[in-house]
This record gives sequence, C-alpha cells and structure tokens, in this order.
Amino acid sequence: MKTKEKILNRVILRFPSLSENERFARLAVSGFVSALDPAVDEISEIKTAVSEAVTNCIVHAYRDRVGEIKMEVRLLEGCRLYISITDRGCGISDIGKAREPLFTTAPDEERAGLGFAIMESFTDTLRVRSSPGRGTTVTMLRTLRTKRTAHDTRS
Amino acid sequence: MPVTTFYDAETRTLLAELSGDIDHCTAKGLRMPVDEEIMRRLPLRLILDFGDVSFMDSSGIGLIIGRCKLMTDLGGTVIAVNPQPEVRKIMELAGVQRLCSIVRSERRSLIGGLTI
Repeated sequence: MKTKEKILNRVILRFPSLSENERFARLAVSGFVSALDPAVDEISEIKTAVSEAVTNCIVHAYRDRVGEIKMEVRLLEGCRLYISITDRGCGISDIGKAREPLFTTAPDEERAGLGFAIMESFTDTLRVRSSPGRGTTVTMLRTLRTKRTAHDTRS
Repeated sequence: MPVTTFYDAETRTLLAELSGDIDHCTAKGLRMPVDEEIMRRLPLRLILDFGDVSFMDSSGIGLIIGRCKLMTDLGGTVIAVNPQPEVRKIMELAGVQRLCSIVRSERRSLIGGLTI
C-alpha cells in the first residue's frame, strides 16, 4: 500500500521464519503501539492480527524451509497504524479462497483456517498482495482510539 | 509448565489448566499432554481452564476444536472456563460456543468433588 502521508514513526524488522519469533513479532508491535497509550483491547487485537500474519508466513509461505519475514510498522497522522508483513515464500494462488473463513491448506496441523478472518476483524483495512513463487505482502491499517493525537505523544 | 492436568474419577472429569501464550509455537506442547491424559483416563468431561492464558490467536481455536472432536468421538464434552476478555473475544469470533460451553466460573464449583 503506497502512501504519501507523513510518517511520524517507522520501524522495519527482518527476522527468520522460526515459530519462536511469533512471540517476538507480537512483543515488537506491542512496544511500538504502547508508546501511543492505546487501550488494552486495542493492543491485544493488533498483537493477534500480527500473530496471524506472521504465523501464515511460517506455516504456509515457508512451509518446508526457513526464510526471511519483513515486518514494517508505521505511525501515520491521526494515530493511524500501518503494518505490513512480507515474505518471499510460496505465494497464494487464490487469495479469495485463502481469505475464506475456515479454509486451510493445513488441517492436519489443527489450523483453524481463521487467520485472515481474525486479521480482518481486528483491522480497518486488510490488503493481501501475492504472486505464486515470489511471496506475499499483507498490509493492515488501523486507527487507534487513543485520545492523544500523534503530535501530543512527544510531550 | 504450560499445562497442568487433574483428574476426578468420581465425576470422570479431566481438568487441564493452560497458561502463557497460545500460538502456533506453543499449541503443540499444550495439545500433547492433554491428549495423553484424555486417552489414559477416557473422561466424560474435559474442562479447559484459560484463566492463566495471557494471549491466544487462531492456533488456540485449532486446539479447542481438535479437543472437541476428540471428546465427541469418545462420547464426552468440553467446557472452556475463565477466559480473559481478549481470549473470549477470539473464541466468540471463531464460533467456539457452538462446539462447547464457554463459562466464566470458578473451577471448584464446576468440578464438584475434585480436591486440588
């Protein structure tokens, strides 16, 4: 999602697609968001959405190998949060199907098929861009309810 | 320990207290000891206690659905108890309440004669 909006803060993280790093990704986004003084349920929902996206990279994109996951978090004006999670894994051939609730390609591993449904519920906008064999980028936008404006956070 | 189990023979109830974060990384480690106890005890009722679960994503939903299937095959039922509000929200979003009861309740009153 290209944006010309003013970026007030930005962090880019790259980490290997190891299952242990799901928690790292949650803690990292939680740290970024915590500085904005959000409500407890907002942090929890953002952490859950990130956890789903990162888990998809580990379980699906890099199914039989370890690859790099890139997570970018931006703070935009109006206390809007932009999160993108990118892999260079197998890609998704049918994004519409992948986003359907309860659809999963890994039922034997007790995957519920709810990753995208949860990401959709917990964000204002969810965009999935993918090309088979080249990878996937999931972009999420969410406006925080926090009473302070982004500029006030400096004081 | 991310999971502790107790069994009450009188009521044939297995209580599994889960703790920590439930995600793709930890789900397997929670699933295996619970399933071992289920197969060993063959309970009529499985109580999954989420009181000490600080975070859960869809991997936790997979965990609950899998245990519901197993218990249904054995002729038993599952009750999920004490979820924190954020965890409960994920459960309800996923429709877990259609498979098992979600109860905000104290363990002792639910499990009756079990002494812990």
